[in-house]
Amino acid sequence: MSAALQSQINGRVAELAAQLAATASRPWTLMEVCGGQTHSILRWGLDQLLPPGLRLIHGPGCPVCVTPAERIDAALELAVRPEVILCSYGDMLRVPGGAAGHDLLGARAAGGDVQLLTSPLQAIALAQACPERQVVFLAVGFETTAPATALLLRQARALGLTNLTVLLAHVRVAPAMAALLQEPGNQVQGFLAAGHVGAVMGTAELGQLVRRHRVPVVVTGFEPADVMAALLRLVQLLEAGTPVLANAYGRVVRQQGNGAAQALLKEVFAVVDQPWRGLGPIAAGGYELVAAYRDFDALLRFCLPSAAAAPPPEPLASPCISGLILQGRALPPDCPAFGSACTPERPLGAPMVSSEGACAAYYRYRRPAP
Amino acid sequence: MSDCIQLAHGGGGTLMQQLINQELRALYADPAQVLHDAARLELPPGPLAFSTDGYVVQPLEFPGGDIGSLAVIGTANDLAMAGARPLHLSVALLLEEGLPLALLRRLVASMAAAARACELTIVTGDTKVVERGKADGIFITTSGIGAVQAPTPIHPTAIRPGDQLLLSGDLGRHGVAILAARHGLALVPPVLSDCAPLWPQVRVRLEAGVRIHCLRDLTRGGLASALQELAEAAAVELAIEEARLPVLEPVARTCELLGFEPLPLANEGRFVVVVPPQARDQAQALLAASGGAWIGSVRPASKGARVLLTTSFGTERQLLPLSGELLPRIC
Repeated sequence: MSAALQSQINGRVAELAAQLAATASRPWTLMEVCGGQTHSILRWGLDQLLPPGLRLIHGPGCPVCVTPAERIDAALELAVRPEVILCSYGDMLRVPGGAAGHDLLGARAAGGDVQLLTSPLQAIALAQACPERQVVFLAVGFETTAPATALLLRQARALGLTNLTVLLAHVRVAPAMAALLQEPGNQVQGFLAAGHVGAVMGTAELGQLVRRHRVPVVVTGFEPADVMAALLRLVQLLEAGTPVLANAYGRVVRQQGNGAAQALLKEVFAVVDQPWRGLGPIAAGGYELVAAYRDFDALLRFCLPSAAAAPPPEPLASPCISGLILQGRALPPDCPAFGSACTPERPLGAPMVSSEGACAAYYRYRRPAP
Repeated sequence: MSDCIQLAHGGGGTLMQQLINQELRALYADPAQVLHDAARLELPPGPLAFSTDGYVVQPLEFPGGDIGSLAVIGTANDLAMAGARPLHLSVALLLEEGLPLALLRRLVASMAAAARACELTIVTGDTKVVERGKADGIFITTSGIGAVQAPTPIHPTAIRPGDQLLLSGDLGRHGVAILAARHGLALVPPVLSDCAPLWPQVRVRLEAGVRIHCLRDLTRGGLASALQELAEAAAVELAIEEARLPVLEPVARTCELLGFEPLPLANEGRFVVVVPPQARDQAQALLAASGGAWIGSVRPASKGARVLLTTSFGTERQLLPLSGELLPRIC
């Protein structure tokens, strides 16, 4: 970045911080939904620029954090089968399943064929290159990555691939935001919504959320100036008592979203109730394969139990409070294990694993002791 | 000769002799070296530096370098960080059965070229072959001897509060080149590894009479790990300014795409220079040509040995070394 541009951004961020301080007349508790935003806030120390009464709590928008443990356990079980190539996104490989310390990197070390993909479509080449093996893609993520999984399955079907399946754990963000607002003791007074989900889904479902719950929502991106501008807009809406939806990320997010991606989702997936790790069952919180694509369901192919049952509680012996953190009820440093028993090398809970997780963000970007 | 490495190439028989005489001879400045078990060295008077390192990297060839050049330059750079002119290197090659001979030839030529670039000679070596599946193509271990040219010891324990921190060039390029190659990201234009000999840059400073307290090359773990190691070894606090850190635009963009930061990414041709305050301007002037910069200063360790980073927004955070494996993020 050029020095001139950097100085322009610095000036803009400082100006937004000053406006925020002048606008906020009382304390507000705001949640940024997306883990990418959490990381941006801590990475750039934006929380240090906010007026004292403005409290940010960190939302569940970290896909690897909310993937149910039993889905990871299913992946671990498949990964060690000699005929299986288990593939997924990079930061999925270190997430513990139901038992702390059991993750896909461990399965790889134990001899399992675990491969890292940067695009789901790479699974097609794998399946074609190894016709005698079974390629299983652990498909995680929000509406941002779900269309890519849908595209993978459409292509796999067109090619007639019989050795490729998906272990599906895609989740939908808007229903989880609604669920958080309905929790007793909810503290969230306004949301920063995730811009990249908005780019795919558009803003209609967030509009419904705003109308139903009368909570302002501002859609934004991940750059420091985007986050600061959206916080200012959110505080302006709260101070004025106007709970409306605002799009502060117009350069990326259109009201109608990405039609092609939505059509793919509709072709391949149906909306279902889904357990989120840390949050429990979320009504309409996930996807299943429609009948025409059910042959690609790894749970059916390998006769594994469905994860529709309620998720088991975190092991009693673990001091990890990741559930409370994912619900925005606690901050990572509130956890007795944070930074001692639980570190990115030996994570007890998923939020310490992912580059999107709140615990990892607090650990990596810690504020120096004065 | 078959076109790939066979177990018999390490068996001590005729195939091994052929391998050494035909393929590996190019490593040695003096071909007579291959004929004996040990090298006899004439060394200059004065203190010597001695260092060893093992090299494993995938892919074996990457944009801007390969495991061969890395194995020569990496050890030569470790010697340079002790203020020593690299003189001689030993090379142990561990080959996996099935390694294409054409690839081995390219790597050998690359090692020989790197040795010339570092102005050192490879004087002794060893070759072993292991069964297919027991190694990752080729592993290389090099050990090197250098003649120390620095008038005072260059060592972390020489670092004092008030000292100034300088960086010799841009960050993260080797790491991005490897990650892009490993994950099949076709960056346009490609990001090339920064792998390069450091002794010439160190020699210029020593010859100019710059007083140097410490040097540290950035390898695995990048600037983040190098600074943390220095802070701990010297029991000081290091304060750096993020806006001063040189990062090329393609590196910054790739990091953003994969969810990485440039600071913990590997370099193979960059180093940190720690100088007393009065030497800062002179050291900085010498760095300007290579794209280097002043990045921060050394403070007393009032809250323990740590590295603090001030962002371009004036906020502050603690810089931690890389933890765990670098894994690209999901979205």
